[in-house]
Formats: sequence, C-alpha cells, structure tokens
Amino acid sequence: MLIPHPLLGLRDAEEFTYLGDARLLDRPDGMAEGAAAAFYEYVHLRDNPAGVHRELWFHEQGDRSWLVVTRNTVTHEILGAELARNVKGGAA
Amino acid sequence: MRYSGLRVIKEALTGHKGWKPIWRNPEPQSSYDYIIIGGGGHGLATAYYLSNTFKKARIAVLEKGWLGSGNIGRNTTIIRSNYLLPGNEPFYEFSMKLWENLEQEFNFNAMVSQRGILNLLHTDAQRDAYRRRGNAMILAGADAELLDQDGVRAMYPWLNFDNARFPIKGGLLQRRAGTARHDGVAWGYARGADLKGVDLIQNCEVTGFRIENGTMRGVETSRGYIAANKVGVAVAGSTGRVMAMAGMRMPIESHVLQAFVSEGLKPTIDGVITFGAGHFYVSQSDKGGLVFGGDIDGYNSYAQRGNMAVIEDVAQGGMALMPAIGRARLLRVWGGIMDMSMDGSPIIDRTPVSGLYLNAGWCYGGFKATPASGYAFAHLLATDTPHETARAYRLDRFERGLPIDEKGMGAQPNLH
Amino acid sequence: MTRLTGGLIDRSRSLNFTFDGKSYTGHAGDTLASALLANDVRLMGRSFKYHRPRGVVSSGSEEPNALVELRSGAWQEPNTRATVAELFDELEAKSQNKIGSLSFDFLAVNDLLSPFFAAGFYYKTFMWPRAFWEKLYEPAIRRAAGLGSLTHEADPDSYDAGFLHCDLLVIGGGAAGIAAALTAARSGARVILADEDFRLGGRLLAESNPLEQPATDWIAGVEAEFASLPNLRVMRRTTVWGAFDHGVFGAVERVSDHLPTPGKRVRQSLWRITAKRAVLAAGATERHIPFANNDRPGVMLAGAMRAYANRWAVSPANRVAIFTSNDEGHRTAVDLAAKGVEIIAVVDARTGAKSQGGYRTIAGGHVTDSKGRLGLTSVQVTANGQTEWLDCGALGVAGGWNPNLHLASHHRGRPQWDDAAQAFLAQDGAVPGLTIAGAAAGKGSTAQALASGAQAAQAALGDLGITATLPDLPRGEDAQMNQHALWHVPGKGRAWVDFQNDVTVKDVKLAHQENMVPVEHLKRWTTLGMATDQGKTSNVTALAVMAELTGKSINQTGTTIFRPPYTPVSMGVLGGGDTGVHFRPRRLTPTHEWAKSQGAVFVEVGQWMRAQWYPKPGETHWRQSVDREVLATRKGVGICDVTTLGKVDVQGADAGEFLNRVYANAMGSLKVGMVRYGLMLREDGFAWDDGTCARLSETQYVVTTTTANAGTIYRHMEFCRQCLWPELDVQLISTTDAWAQLSVAGPNARKLLERVVDGFDLSNEAFPFMACAALTICGGLRARIFRISFSGELAYEIAVPARYGNALMARLIEKGADLGATPYGTETLGVLRIEKGHAAGNELNGQTTAQMLGMGRMVSTKKDSIGAVLSRREGMVADRRVLVGLQPVDAADPVVAGSHLFTQGAEQNTATDQGWITSACFSPHIGSAIGLGYLENGAERMGEVITAANPLQGQSVAMRIVSAHFVDPEGGRLRD
Repeated sequence: MLIPHPLLGLRDAEEFTYLGDARLLDRPDGMAEGAAAAFYEYVHLRDNPAGVHRELWFHEQGDRSWLVVTRNTVTHEILGAELARNVKGGAA
Repeated sequence: MRYSGLRVIKEALTGHKGWKPIWRNPEPQSSYDYIIIGGGGHGLATAYYLSNTFKKARIAVLEKGWLGSGNIGRNTTIIRSNYLLPGNEPFYEFSMKLWENLEQEFNFNAMVSQRGILNLLHTDAQRDAYRRRGNAMILAGADAELLDQDGVRAMYPWLNFDNARFPIKGGLLQRRAGTARHDGVAWGYARGADLKGVDLIQNCEVTGFRIENGTMRGVETSRGYIAANKVGVAVAGSTGRVMAMAGMRMPIESHVLQAFVSEGLKPTIDGVITFGAGHFYVSQSDKGGLVFGGDIDGYNSYAQRGNMAVIEDVAQGGMALMPAIGRARLLRVWGGIMDMSMDGSPIIDRTPVSGLYLNAGWCYGGFKATPASGYAFAHLLATDTPHETARAYRLDRFERGLPIDEKGMGAQPNLH
Repeated sequence: MTRLTGGLIDRSRSLNFTFDGKSYTGHAGDTLASALLANDVRLMGRSFKYHRPRGVVSSGSEEPNALVELRSGAWQEPNTRATVAELFDELEAKSQNKIGSLSFDFLAVNDLLSPFFAAGFYYKTFMWPRAFWEKLYEPAIRRAAGLGSLTHEADPDSYDAGFLHCDLLVIGGGAAGIAAALTAARSGARVILADEDFRLGGRLLAESNPLEQPATDWIAGVEAEFASLPNLRVMRRTTVWGAFDHGVFGAVERVSDHLPTPGKRVRQSLWRITAKRAVLAAGATERHIPFANNDRPGVMLAGAMRAYANRWAVSPANRVAIFTSNDEGHRTAVDLAAKGVEIIAVVDARTGAKSQGGYRTIAGGHVTDSKGRLGLTSVQVTANGQTEWLDCGALGVAGGWNPNLHLASHHRGRPQWDDAAQAFLAQDGAVPGLTIAGAAAGKGSTAQALASGAQAAQAALGDLGITATLPDLPRGEDAQMNQHALWHVPGKGRAWVDFQNDVTVKDVKLAHQENMVPVEHLKRWTTLGMATDQGKTSNVTALAVMAELTGKSINQTGTTIFRPPYTPVSMGVLGGGDTGVHFRPRRLTPTHEWAKSQGAVFVEVGQWMRAQWYPKPGETHWRQSVDREVLATRKGVGICDVTTLGKVDVQGADAGEFLNRVYANAMGSLKVGMVRYGLMLREDGFAWDDGTCARLSETQYVVTTTTANAGTIYRHMEFCRQCLWPELDVQLISTTDAWAQLSVAGPNARKLLERVVDGFDLSNEAFPFMACAALTICGGLRARIFRISFSGELAYEIAVPARYGNALMARLIEKGADLGATPYGTETLGVLRIEKGHAAGNELNGQTTAQMLGMGRMVSTKKDSIGAVLSRREGMVADRRVLVGLQPVDAADPVVAGSHLFTQGAEQNTATDQGWITSACFSPHIGSAIGLGYLENGAERMGEVITAANPLQGQSVAMRIVSAHFVDPEGGRLRD
C-alpha cells in the first residue's frame, strides 16, 4: 500500500505503524462524571466498518507524524490523509 | 450413510453408484427453534453438538456462501492446547480432547494428526515465560515438554542453529498438538448435523434482525424472514457487520491474515514449528505442501487479501529458520479476515438482546478451537449457562477489567 | 526424432545435459523440455496420485506434468517445470515422485487401485483403529504424496531485493506487450516491460507466419530501438507474480537460473514495482479436451506442439494426430506438415470441418481413447458412429484458449464468462490502474493483439496526462478465434481434467452426485486446481463439466479466483537475501568495541547486542564471572553500559503538564535538578513501562524507558502529543542513540566519578539521591549525570555523547583500578535488580497492574492520566496477586522462574494456582538462589512456606515468602 503523506507525498505503508480507528483522537475526560463507561467504550468498542474507515497511522520510519488516513477497508482504496494534529486542532 | 473402508471398497467395485449426497439442500422453513448464523467451522460444530449432544431439534444453519467458507476454509490447520492463562488453557485442552475422538464420533476422517507443535525459544526470558506456560498446560491436564537446544536439534537437525540472528536455545513442545484437514472438519460436522435433521441452508445471507422489546424474534434473510427465539451468531471476520444489525458495537476489529502453501514436496517437516522471533510458523500437509504463515497485515481490512510486505516478512522468517526452504517455491498465498478482539481472546456469551448469542473474536486462532467452541456455544444455546471451560469468555469482561490477554499487549487488536 | 528445420535454437552451440543420469545433447535456446523431446524422451514425470506416466503437455509456465528436480546437492530444486528451464551446459535433472525408476514406478500400483481412490475417499476411511492414523495410514500417504524433494541443506545461493518505479508497467512481452511498450516508451514515459520468457516475442516466436515480415526481424528491430530508449527498462526472465494495492506489483527476475552457477551474481532478484498504470498482456493458455486416457506422454496441447516445431525445431513424434474443436488444430497440422512431420489426421469435433492442407480431416469426430503404456502409440477416433485406431506418437489437442487474466483477479475481482469469447474475461477495474490487452483480453489474433496493446498503452498514459502516438505496427494475421466449446468427450474411461492431481471427469461427476457442487466444494473435494499450475490447465474445463451436470450456465456455476503468485516463486527470492545473522539488523552499544576487547560474552536483547558478562582468566563457568561482578559492585564499584534504555527528550512550556498526563504519577511538580521514578500505564489500565524522569530545566525533561519498550513508548508519547493534546507546547525527540549512558554503582561510585568530573560537587549534600545535572567531565566533555540506582547501591548514571561512550568506559575502568572498578554485564544487572526487588521485563509483561507491582498508590487520583480510569475497573482492583520475594527453605534448592506457586500440601491444578515465579537468580549476597514472583495475597503472607511447582521439569521446592527487597530494604545505601 502507498499512503499519500500530506507533507511527503506517496510513501510505502511499510514506513508506517498502524494504530486503529481515528476515534482514538476523542479521548474522554478522565475526571468527568461517567468516565468509567466512557473509557470502556473509547478503549474497546469499534464500528469496524466494511467500507470507509478513518484510521491512525504513524510515520515511524519517516517524519514521525501521526496521520488520519481515510481508507476503504474492502478495496483498500485511500481517499485521503491528513496530519492528526490538524484534524484534532480543527485546522484541517 | 455410514462411511467405512468396507463401504469404499464396495462402492469402488460397483462404480461408485451408491454414494449419497453428503448433505441435503433444504429450503428454509418459516421458523426454527435455533438459528445459527454462519456455516463456518464454529457454526457447523455448534449445530452438530446442539443436535447430537444436546438433543435439540428444529435447528438451521444460515450460510451466506457455501458451507465451510468461513475461516475454516482458509486457515493453516494447526490444533494445539498450549495456552498460558486460566481463562484459556482448560478450554483449549477440552478442545484437544474433543479433537482426539472427533473422527470416530462424527464418522468422517478429518485427518487429525498429532505430530506435535514446537515453539522455539531464543532467550532466557523467553525460556522463563515458556516454563510458566508449560507448567500452566500441565496443571490444566495438557502435555508439555521443555526442550533444550539439543532436544530441538534431535527433532529438526536442519534448522539454522549455527548462523542465526536469533539462535535457537530450546523450545516448548506439545506432542499431542498437530494439524487436521480443515475442510474435512467442516464437512464432518456439517454431515453429522444434517444427519440429525439440521437444515444447512447455503446462499442465505442474513440481512437484519427482528428484535422486539429487547427480545429476538427472528432474522431477515436473502431468502425471506425466518422466525427463531434463539439465534446464535458465529460469523468470525464479519462479527462487526452482523452485530451492527442488532445495534451493537463490538470489541473487535477485522484484520487480514495471509496464509501460504508451497508446491508439493516429499516429507520434509513432521510436526508444526513456530519461530516467534521471526514471525514464522510452518507445517507440512499430507499432500506435501509446506503450510506456513506469519503476522497479520496489521490494518483493518475486509479484503481477504494482503500486501507484499508481509509476504516478504514471512519468507524472510522461513529463510532465517530453515535456509533449505529457499529452494522450495511458494505456490499460493491467500488472505482471511480475522475477528481480532481487544485482548486476543474470544467471546462466547449471551448479549443484551434476549435470545441473541455471540460466538466471536477468535483472532487467528479459531481453527483449533472449533470443537470446543461448537460444544460450548451449543451448551450456552441449549442451557443458557456457559460451559465450564468457557466461563471467562464473557462479553462484559472488558468493562469489568477481566481481560484474557495471553500476550500482554493490551486493547490493541493488531498486536495480539 | 531428429530436429526439424528452422527454429530459434543456436545449432552452433551444443549443450550436454543429463536426465535421470543419462546424457543427452541439446542446443542453446532450448528448454529442458524441447531438448528432451529432441532426444526422443517423451516420458518426463509421474502424476501426483496415481503415478501415471506423463509427458510434457505445454510449452510454457503452466506445465502440470513435466516437473523435474533440477541440479543436485544443496542446489537441488524440486518441481522445476522442464518447459521453462533454459538449457545450460552440464544441466542435471532428475525425474521425481516415483519409487524405482521413471519407467517402472512401484507406486504406479496406485493406478490399479484407483477405483478405491476416488474423489474424497480419504474422508471416508482410515478411521479405525484410531491410533493407526498417525502410525500407519498417514505416513504411507505422506510418503506417496508430494512431488519433488527438498534437501535439508541450506540454500547456497544469494538473492536480493529492490524497488522500481514507472509510469507504465507492461506485463508480458508478446505481440500485445511489445506494442504497448513501444507505444509508451516512444512517448517518453517511464516504462518497464517484464516478460517471463528469456526471449521477447511470446506467441510470435511460436507461430509460423504471424506477421507480414518475419516476426524475428521485426522483434530484432524493436529490441534495437528499446535498447536506445533510456526511459524503458526491458526485464527478460522476469515474472510479475502478484498485483497488490495502489499499483504495487511483485516481480521476480531470474538472474542466473539459466547459468551453470550464479558465480558472484545472485540467483534471482525480487522487485517491488510501483507503477502508475499497468497493461496486462500475459497471453492465453490453451485448453485441452478430456477424453479417455488423455494423459499419456505424447498427448499435448496443439499450440505447444506448434511452439516446439516453430521455435525449437522439434516434434514430439514423426507421426502426429490432432484433436481440435476449432481452427487452431489445423494451424498445428499445417505448420508441422510444412516441416515434414506426418499428420495422420486432424480430428475436428465440428461437423463440416474442412481440411486446410493436404492432410486427412475427420469432421464431427472425437478422440475417444488412447494406447501406449509409457508413451502414446495410437488413438481411437469415433466419428459418425465409426471407430478406428490411428497409430501415432503424439496427439495435439486444441480446445480453445483461456485468457491469462490471473493478475487481474489478485484483488479478488471475479472474472465473468463471456459467451461470445467462450472464455472467462476479467472485469474492467478489477485491479485499479490495470488494463488488459491481447489474448489476455480475449483478443487473440496477432493483429488484435498488436492493436490492443498499443491502444491500451496510449489510454493508460492518457490517464496520466502523457500523450502517446500509436506506432506503425506490422500487419499481423487476423484469424478470429471462433471458440467452439467442447468440454469433454463423453465415454466410459477415465478422462483427465487436472493432470497433475489426477482429477478426472468421473471425479467431477462423483462430486456432483455427492452434492459437492459449489465450485469451492468441487475443488476441495477433488483437489482440482490445487496443483502447481493453480488450475491454469484444468479449472475452466472442470467448471464447464459441472455446469453441464447441473444444467446451469457456467456463470451461474461460478468460478474460482486466482491467488498470487502467478507462477510459483522461490522462497529464497521472496526472502530477499537477508539470511543468517543478517536476518534482522543488530544494534551495537557505544561500548561494544571495548567490551569485545575485554572478551565479553554478548547476548541478544531485542535488537541490541549487550555484554552479558566479562569472563576473567580462570573462570570456567558463567556463574563465577557473574558472582564476582555482583560482589565487586556491592563492595567496590561496577560499571555497566545502560545505553539501550530508551531516552526521550521532552521540551516546551507544557512539558510538565504533558508528563503529568502520560505518567500515572505526578511529574509536573518535580523540581529542576531532580529525578523521579515514573510508571506509565496503557490506556487499558495495565502497567506498561517504568523508568525515570529527570527535570533538567523548567522546560526540559529527559525520560527513560525500558529497553524493550523504547520504540513503542516514544510512539505512544507522540500519539499523546499529536493526537490527544496538540494544544500543549511540547516537543519530543528520541535520543536513545545520541547518548551513551553508563551506570556506575557501588560504595566507591562517588570516589570514582570525582576523578572524572570537571570540578563538579558530588557530595551527598550538593548532589543527593535522585539529583540530576548537566556538567562537563574529563576536561570539557559535555555530560549528564543522574543519581539513580537500580542495584540498591550508591549509584549514578552518566551520559555522554554516544561517540565518547567507548572512551569513557575505558577511562572509568582505568581511573578506578584501585577502587575495584569492574565492568558488569546484563546477568549481573539482573542479579542486582532481583536482589533489590526491582521489576523488569519478566514482571512488567503487559499482564500486570500497578497494584500487583506494589505501586497501586502511585496512580494518582488527583489528575487524569493515561490508563488511570480503566486501572480502577473492578476485576483489576480485586486481583490480589502481588510481587513478593521468595527464598528456598533449603538453601541448596534451586529457584526456577516459571514455577507456579501453591499453598503447601494443596492439590495442584489450574483452580488452585496462586501465582508464579517471575525471575530467579543465585544471590551471592544471600548465599542461595532467590526469586521474585506474583502471589495471591502475598503481602499478608510474609514468612509462610509455600510450594513452587515446576512439573514441566519434575521439580517442587519449598519456598519462604519474604520481602522482595533482599538487599538493604531500608534503602540506606543508595542515599549515602
């Protein structure tokens, strides 16, 4: 697979380490009410779609950016990739 | 029709005219007492034990494709009970004992072959961990032996001992482990269930559940609505998709695992060898192909195919372990979709929907579990209580902090 | 048989070779198969199951029968297809899968027993008695099964792997592929043309007059132009074997398989080709037509027969018959007759078929049987109710062509049956970016192939915005295929569908009878298509037979999908050459050279090689060395390279807040110049990693991790920084390799370090336990010093830029000679930490909680941090196991890590299991073996004697539960 790194262009997926669903960006507040339930779901439950999936890849053998990659899990087609910090910061 | 050597001879002499269909092709009825979704190994085994052992009737297995088209049709056929944790080991040992009598029980030669599995070790810390695991196996009634380097050499003198990046220092051997002919297992269970009247319905895809007030009423399928009060889901690889129809998110991701077979070769390897440091394991089928594999590709996928990096990684592992394999050729590589769970262990449990039962999360290790999984799931469906060896496989274990994490990798499915 | 005239062999170069020990001669340009045929050898192998005598069927990589063991000794390669093995001088080949000789194979008894070995018979018998399977039945089956033999000798050849990139990859060097490459290369695009053959041309070389000019002339001209184009890379002997995601293709170049030895070259190279577009021009594979006893040596594909005649100037026999369902058989007859081969008859299944030359044509006829034990002697022909036997040494069979669309189904796109083409065709877009041309697309005439190849290239480049002009191409023959399906000849005898695996039409019928009807069931029940050709020569035919039996169309019957690789690929090349000790990279510590000079014994620790101990003259057992190192450290001073511990530099205004969130315990409050022990949890609440966190300034911390987790923790910290809290002002960099770090431990540690620091005050008052500082040493060398202790002794870790590590080690040993300065390795490190009760990898194995480590209270409830919430789940809180020390009641008893712990006298099973020993060593300090372990309610059981059971090795030892801190439990020493 080739991942279109927003800064570096197409890079082989072998340079990256995969984490999982990009919902992991949305970490609950550990000090809030209901944190136990929120963290159980955050850590363990997944939509696991057959189709478009937003997911986290780390450019470990590269510039060490975390990317949010949008990829189809049935065809492996990649629809886009953004820097995770921009997605999180709302700057994307 | 009972299969036997005598029968084979008789049919051979009379032109094979007497062989009957191995199972019927029934039309779905409007209702059943039990519906098993998924005609893979676990679904078929569940139907078999439900009908044969728990003496239940009015059972259907609904299969989207052809019987045995789940991961039972595309795995690397290893059977073993060499687990560490108390939540796992008794279950897999129960499975091993079922394997040992399986063929006589269901009158089908699934070629269960106990030629042993050897997990190689390379460091002192690994030896400590293997010793802990070997002892756990023995304490659960399984067999285990800890080999030193000479012991490994005596079994497989041609492994790479002398020029290795990860020198072999010993191994954990389970002699009762081995392989079985994967398709034969599916067919044996299917035939055994069919003979007891279970309707095995192929080309029947479940498209929805009918749930009223939290209670299961039946399933919508590509061949119409079918009512049932108890529905068991055994669709590893597609668990997320099917359970989403019941409104549930699962502690599971779907990942692709590639498996490999070489061209046919005269006997080369007797048992199963695993080389964890090199992400490689290998055995040889009765047909002569080396059957091997390594890690999952590591990203969510439903594609049933993988990429080149893992193919190279696996081949490197093979060359590192047994450099003679360089002269053999890879014949075929294929991919299967694994239910990778959050702790690497399966789920056999009821669900928040009354009448909906779940058998899922087998990661890449479901084949060896087939008999016990079918038995335990049938037990659960028949009695509404978990089988004694499957009590730890609860759906709520993640919420309650009781994971069964053999590798200690935490809630990241692609690391298990 | 003597050679025919013409052909593309070099008659001036004779090559000697042996087959089953017998010597023969061939020519340069021959394959092993063509050379054997030229020497009248028709019998080349035995089938898999019935051990039937077999000859060559094809002239290409699809060959199912003529498989040999090529070369000898460690170089022996099983299952090499004689049809693609280029002849070289002194080539050595052996037949395989037989007991006895090829002409008298004892296992041919299986053929006599074949009625008992029908499809699926294994599943119905061999079940009684149970123990006989592994002991008797299975070994017999395994011995008879398999094809060639793999030696157990290490592959002596070398391999390599590389990457290539191009705009257009053209797969196949026949008419379509050459036209595509020419079109694309002239446009200036970056083009790769890969062809599995050793000579470009494909079927152009196999046909008599495919072009208006001699095909070899045209190819020679094109090749000359190719050679002049720097943007084109022509890769001969290169098989593109897999189509992967995003335009990545796997290819293998057979660099020196055609040479007697590779010499200094690699045997094969693995290429990962990334192509923006690709054209698949892989041609087609001819179908045979099953009839009774259609598998005798001498029965072959009619197209292969033409290839042997036209390219290799050889005919399998002097008298040849043809069986065809289309015009292709006639082409073979015409070509062979032109070369003087006697055509006995062309048996054409089509009524009204006409002869196209001066040979007999039997229209509306079928071949219905054959004779000849080790080679064809005659065929039975049935036409219009009449039967006759025709004497012939070879039969060419032409059943139409199957497009080679295999690569197009590597993304699991299912080919569709096309009634007009009477063949399966790949669907558009089955592999994104891949288009199909020529016979692979069902466009089988030379004219169609040339045109479609050029057009496919033009269109593909058009997608990329590159304009390509269609070249002038020679006029090619344009005979239309008009495939006329004849899937098998009805009859009583066994008619082979899959030659290698011995699957007959009867087997397909039996599968139908037993309801093994879905294609995958058919395949698995009969082993159809599981042979080394992956069903290239059999699947479509079997499907069609099944369709006939069920009364369904072929499309309704379904099809199987081809998987990579297109043709079998050697494991050696897939491994890419990183073998032996080079399998994975090795990392060396900064003091490696010094340790080596001291004779250290090294050990693998993850990727690192670390000194395990430093033997002294006279020490014959590792324990002597380790005991000495331990005592030297506890009494004087020991020095150990601890560079492998991960180091992360954390800087920024919010560095403290960031670390507060990453560590379970508080770090923001740490004073500048101080160090704190830190525990990190995974988000699921389990203990993950421990280390130290040193605050060098208001805005700079240095974090250490365990060796094993150095990479993962850094990745996790970057996740926290970029994905969770990008608003924090913090930057991270891994400095594991940048700093050499040495642990200096023991009562003389301060004295020693005072001799190297540049006037830095190391007194306990100025630099107390858990202090840290930046300083210079040895007259100006930049360094960092941390007063931390893993051993329980007065200890420091001192870090210098990595390139000075080796020198610092030597300097410290030299300066400390009078203080007893002793280097120690990882074994001693382990003993010291076990004696002190420090957790390491065996305790921090990812399954343990902070509570089990005795650090439950470190998990702050006053702040949110990674893992804090889930660490409070009920199941984890209720876990009563805790780390304890264990000492054998009898000091002579061993303590074995991995033993399980039980209440004394209790029954021992899974349910009564109370814990296990995580780490053990001999403690010179205690004078016996000691251990650490997790034990249920361990904290409340101090002094109790329990049983450590190791049934795996038949051991059971009475152990006393003690504090895990065997050395200086009050911690006085490290604070002195």
